[in-house]
Amino acid sequence: MKRVRFWGTRGSLPVALTASDVRGKIVAALRGASGRTFSSDAELDAYVGRLDVAVAGTFGGNSSCVELECGGPDHVLCDLGSGVRPFGQAAIARHGAVPQTYHVFMSHLHWDHIMGLPFFTPAYIPGNRIRIYGGHATVEAALRRQQDEPSFPVPFSTFRADIEFVHLEPGRRHDVAGMAVTLKSQRHAGGSYGYRFESQGRSVVYTTDSEHTLADAAEMDGFVDFFRDADVVVFDAMYSLADAISVKADWGHSSNVVGVDLCQRAGARHLCLFHHEPAFSDETIAGVLADTRRYEEITRFGAPLLVTAAYDGMEIDL
Amino acid sequence: MEFSSKRFADVFVAAPVGRVDHSNAESLHSALAPLLEQVDGASHALVLDFGRIEYISSVGLRVLMMAAKQARACQARIAVAALQPVVAEIFAISRFNLVLDVFPSVRDALAQVSPAALAAFDAAPGSANA
Repeated sequence: MKRVRFWGTRGSLPVALTASDVRGKIVAALRGASGRTFSSDAELDAYVGRLDVAVAGTFGGNSSCVELECGGPDHVLCDLGSGVRPFGQAAIARHGAVPQTYHVFMSHLHWDHIMGLPFFTPAYIPGNRIRIYGGHATVEAALRRQQDEPSFPVPFSTFRADIEFVHLEPGRRHDVAGMAVTLKSQRHAGGSYGYRFESQGRSVVYTTDSEHTLADAAEMDGFVDFFRDADVVVFDAMYSLADAISVKADWGHSSNVVGVDLCQRAGARHLCLFHHEPAFSDETIAGVLADTRRYEEITRFGAPLLVTAAYDGMEIDL
Repeated sequence: MEFSSKRFADVFVAAPVGRVDHSNAESLHSALAPLLEQVDGASHALVLDFGRIEYISSVGLRVLMMAAKQARACQARIAVAALQPVVAEIFAISRFNLVLDVFPSVRDALAQVSPAALAAFDAAPGSANA
């Protein structure tokens, strides 16, 4: 594996910046530039490049879709949230009419994780191969149903790509696209699966829509083992810990604090906060990131754990 | 885990010591259980003196949340007092400072939950250092 690329990072529902949000970013950038002079576009670009994501960009955006760049000809994705639409457009722009193979690993079948498929243009192109993997027995039924009337006017049968569904058993190794893939059952309404991908000495864990009740030590130990020595853990950090185990208990999501605790115990190297709460502004998510980094610092007992917050377009080199 | 408790009038003050993490959170739960059974709501409250807690993980915070739920179910008060700076940061980052009553000192907590307990606390030997 060479790289992790994020196409959709928002939880539950895609969000869009409002005019007021954009205005706030412009004001913040201009305030930061007060008193400065820029003698060239390059200087201006360098200044913008130093601004925080919350000012110069946005965490986004689209719902869950993460790409693993493996170095081979095949494409590997986690989930088919709305982020798969721009991924598909980029793939077509890059590869044109040359048939491609896409491997898609489904965490589960809630709407925000499947809603991008009707807009995934490569699915409509003959010659493309799409392999959709998951632990649920209902993956195909769920993806067909969302294309049916009255929800969508283009039925699943319109797809011209060769689409195959592959059921995966948790707890055993599966070899796909040059990677060893294992999946783990997670707490979420209807169940969800986390994935651990390993190849070329690198390991990435994708664990979203996963609640940790903290009540069962053996269950926690199981996740520590699943995260063990991972290079990157993409982690559902939708809520604060207090919310996740009180007013939002049984809502199926976790917190930044539990992410740090598990990754520290596992010796993971990079925790990437993911599945951001749709009600959170960019400033709020930036605040959660700062808090999480501070929490990691004051609770550290081993090697430092790098903490980032995923945004649409972010890349992590492995 | 080292743990002690005292009763001041109608309030229990519990004082755990050290670090609370996945390896010993259950012992904190076990230590609090008999106190929570005695908190009947009509006349009792529980104050957790965290003055000698150096660290608490998410699993430890869950024990506090469960204790708070149990206490509140019988209309009892529960409060946490005297957080060390690092633990205060953990409370803030986890937002536990928003769901539990947190006080700068045990005396401040008692002043809030029970005048009788405050009087008993002030009358006890060594209370000026609390």
